[in-house]
Amino acid sequence: MDALLHQVLAGLATGGIYASLALALVMIYQATHLVNFAQGEMAMFTTYIGWSLIQAGMPYWPAFFLTVGIAFLLGVLIERVIIRPVEQAPVLAVVVVFIALLLILNSVTGWIYTYTIKTFPSPFPTQPLFGNRYLSSHELGAIGITLVVLFLLYAFFRFTPLGLAMRAAAQNPESSRLVGIRVGWMLALGWGLAAAVGSVAGMMVAPIVYLDPNMMGGVLLYAFAAALVGGIDNPMGAVVGGFVVGVLENVLGAFVIGNELKLSVALVIIIGVLLVRPSGFFGRTQVTRV
Amino acid sequence: MRAAYGATRVLHGIDFAMEEKSITALLGANGAGKTTTLRAICGMVRTEGAIRFGGQPIAGKRTEDIVRLGIAHVPDGRGTFLHLTTEENLRLGAYVRKDRTNVARDLERVYAYFPRLKERSHQQAGTLSGGEQQMLAVSRALMLAPKLMLLDEPSFGLAPLVVRELFAILRTINTEERVSMLVVEQNAAMALDLADHACVIETGRVVLSGTAADLKKDDAVRRSYLGY
Repeated sequence: MDALLHQVLAGLATGGIYASLALALVMIYQATHLVNFAQGEMAMFTTYIGWSLIQAGMPYWPAFFLTVGIAFLLGVLIERVIIRPVEQAPVLAVVVVFIALLLILNSVTGWIYTYTIKTFPSPFPTQPLFGNRYLSSHELGAIGITLVVLFLLYAFFRFTPLGLAMRAAAQNPESSRLVGIRVGWMLALGWGLAAAVGSVAGMMVAPIVYLDPNMMGGVLLYAFAAALVGGIDNPMGAVVGGFVVGVLENVLGAFVIGNELKLSVALVIIIGVLLVRPSGFFGRTQVTRV
Repeated sequence: MRAAYGATRVLHGIDFAMEEKSITALLGANGAGKTTTLRAICGMVRTEGAIRFGGQPIAGKRTEDIVRLGIAHVPDGRGTFLHLTTEENLRLGAYVRKDRTNVARDLERVYAYFPRLKERSHQQAGTLSGGEQQMLAVSRALMLAPKLMLLDEPSFGLAPLVVRELFAILRTINTEERVSMLVVEQNAAMALDLADHACVIETGRVVLSGTAADLKKDDAVRRSYLGY
């Protein structure tokens, strides 16, 4: 029982990271109706930037926030320079661009930093917090940070005029222009936010999986599974999906199929959801008048 | 002014002027180019020639910038943000305005014109009836505190009673808010009752224009558009 509880809690910790990345995927999906395959590599690349800053002697938290800021700018830049020109292109062309972006970021990182695995520091103490026996303080901290990020995003989209404009631009670009919203910039902003959220996920997962250019491959797969479980167009669903997938992965890995086959859990979930309930468990019921 | 969608010419020379604070109706059959004329004014289609608003040339400007000059468009199909609430839709109408206190006041004013919207302020806009969505579209445009409103078929798909109510409110808005209006309508009789001036468009050209009262008496207009 104790072991099960431990696995569930550890699953929540990694689940939070999947939730963040799944949320980044959903944000881009809502605006463009495309899944950004390079989301994981963008997170990985920015995590390396964070590593460089810390190596250069910057304390953890300033480096953390600077990295999030850089990730935001990078996201905006990628949208403006790379995605914008293919905005009107057929879906497959855009998918190819995403995959190219994935490969470019992966190999550029390998070229700059080599493929040697590096350790990434955790900002949390090595002693377990609050004397609990179940979660390391990094796991607990990662859950906390994930929840803070999710809450900030929710508040931004729900309560600020800019957040409202971004939701409007994603839903109905033409009407948005007619009320004066600069739709192109809203998309770029969305990419920036998604990249920033991704960078937090990267920095939280790096102390667990270690830093290397391929570190996000598995994480992205779980994030896909999470986004699908929640319904690819539903941010709340993606978050719940992230935690569900994290727990399932851990519990099944520990007790049922063994650690070596853990990744297949993500694939089974993806196929399962697509077969049984393609809109996910929280997918939007569209209310429209014809 | 001329306009085209890709290689398809739609407007072949539309030329008309509007008086400030008055209501002008654009009449014409399906495919005459009424909607395109409105879209051209908002910079949503590529145009040739000149469009002036208050003496300022606006042809070739971006839609977002034209909106900032005070031109609000109530588009064909109403342009509702279906997944947002009624109130969020209205707040978006005031997106470019910085004067927050006035925006709050205008929100109340819009609710006074259309009390139904107030009742449904926290309801998802997609669940509103057609008439309510049209009221919402007009209200969203009003939230801009516009100088000019472009209305594309405000009567489309509405019950005659609702249309009459809506047109009465449009008239009130025109006099109380001192907003100019350019109304595209299939329902020529209603439009001529509402408008001060009118233009008739046929296959992308203005063929007739004058005061609404004169046009109502014109034999050709009566036969083709009023049907008696």
